[in-house]
Amino acid sequence: MIIDASEGSLKSFLKTLPQVDEVGVHARAAMLGTRSIKTTSKAWAIDMAISMMDLTTLEGADTPGKVRAICAKAVRPDATDLSIPSVGAVCVYNDMVGVARRTLDQIGGSSIPVAAVATAFPSGRASYAVKAQDTMDAINAGAAEIDMVIDRGAFLSGRYGEVFAEIVKIKELCGDKAHLKVILETGELVTLDNVRKASYLAMLAGADFIKTSTGKVVPAASAPVVYVMLEAVRDYYSMTQTRIGVKPAGGIRTTKDAIKQLVLVNEVAGPEWLSPRLFRIGASALLNDLLLQRMKMRDGYYASPAYVTLD
Amino acid sequence: MIAVPANRIDVLKTYKLFIGGAFPRSESGRVYSIKDSKGNHLANPSLASRKDLRDAVVAARGAFAGWSAATAYNRGQILYRMAELLEGRSAQLVAELMALEGSTKKLATDQVKESVDLLVWYAGWSDKISTIAGSTNPVSGPYYNFSTPEPIGVVAIFADAKPSLLNFVGAVAGVCVSGNTAVVIAAEPFPLPAITFAEIMATSDLPAGVINVLTGSSSELAPWTASHMDIDAIDASGLTPKQLKEAQIAGAANLKRIRVHTDAKTPERILNYMETKTVWHPIGI
Repeated sequence: MIIDASEGSLKSFLKTLPQVDEVGVHARAAMLGTRSIKTTSKAWAIDMAISMMDLTTLEGADTPGKVRAICAKAVRPDATDLSIPSVGAVCVYNDMVGVARRTLDQIGGSSIPVAAVATAFPSGRASYAVKAQDTMDAINAGAAEIDMVIDRGAFLSGRYGEVFAEIVKIKELCGDKAHLKVILETGELVTLDNVRKASYLAMLAGADFIKTSTGKVVPAASAPVVYVMLEAVRDYYSMTQTRIGVKPAGGIRTTKDAIKQLVLVNEVAGPEWLSPRLFRIGASALLNDLLLQRMKMRDGYYASPAYVTLD
Repeated sequence: MIAVPANRIDVLKTYKLFIGGAFPRSESGRVYSIKDSKGNHLANPSLASRKDLRDAVVAARGAFAGWSAATAYNRGQILYRMAELLEGRSAQLVAELMALEGSTKKLATDQVKESVDLLVWYAGWSDKISTIAGSTNPVSGPYYNFSTPEPIGVVAIFADAKPSLLNFVGAVAGVCVSGNTAVVIAAEPFPLPAITFAEIMATSDLPAGVINVLTGSSSELAPWTASHMDIDAIDASGLTPKQLKEAQIAGAANLKRIRVHTDAKTPERILNYMETKTVWHPIGI
């Protein structure tokens, strides 16, 4: 056990974390982003990225129809090509979990988990009772993954214990019914040092995954942020022999973006993380671009967005 | 007193591509040598690759929704603005045309003037084309039935050679006045006026991505253009008969409309890149 239950021990542990070399991280993340991935490696990376996707719709305008449509796409991303893998999960607001679960079960997607955003997503500004109810609603409706947001207000004011305790309680609610992904909302954490601290805090509190962003705040899954989080899970593994997953979300729209993420995973955390079990990409528009790139590689000529679904 | 030293170093122009409103070099880093009419080296424009073409098509597709939804009046004004700026840049274009095409000053000046007038002529068509080419149709039923021409989408243009500026301007104006967006591959031996004209487009309120200009080898780019599923039509005026044939075969996959023009000034250059949409509207409901 790295820390005991007291806020003091948590604070003193977080203090021992080394400072992030911001300039170095930016430079190395940018350098890794220039790596060229071609032909068979690219084809492999595209299919891996598809199988790692949390296909997401988190709009106020979401309807059951739209959720059913993305479920269909999650199971079979392109109906004309059966060699394309299914995505990693479908991610929706908690009132849509039931629709998503039932649809997936009906169309042969029972192995695809439904992820629900919870704890007053995206701001996290609500009482604990509300957050707990939010989480329970999602689990009861069939969510197998809970994407909770941390209380950034408490974190930024230094009330780490509060943030920690909340994650612990939500984790208890999840029990063995649901995986817990903890959203740090790095766009609001200001510094990479805070990203490192929040990553450790979430892992110590029992997160199965740490996730960059809600997708509602810019900047979201920038390369330096993902780099720092991947370092955190790597170092946490060497301390505890437990592998925690990472999920970048927000702003990953093109195949190039996705492949850059995979390069980071391989180079920073290691090849063990190149699996949907330990790395997910939260996105919606990305899937179409991956499909277009796949078509280009298959057909030998450039594809058109007119041949993939509008969503 | 301003004194210019006798040994002043020349400041030469870098001819780059025009994609999405910016002037990048080719992603491939390649250039090719352009010679003047006497065979002396003149410039090193970019030798665009298939990936530059891909980027240009993405930019053109992205600009299509906004440009085709702009009012005809607005599109006409922007074309007219391009004519104004072309007039102001005459001297530079005259010099480039004299060097490249080997024409006399008089001929080059006339070509620029004619290009300005051609732009004004196409600008005028913007709010008239649907009136001329559209119709209300008599039908035997309780419907109003009318047909109206709409822009086809993203058009690739292989600009014809001499007179290079006039051909370039005519092709671009004809395609874009109706709301299409374009990727233009300048005539291989005459890319300089095209890039100078791109600088005019970049400063004439034309939204980024509506017109994109590539310089390079048409034999390298034609097959990728013809097979590209997100290009809706090709103005193949600058292709050889063999390239045209190959483009027609490869372009069949997405029923690309492929046309060749000999005339710079004709409404055909507009109408060939429009599709007719017919609407049936019930009467009495």
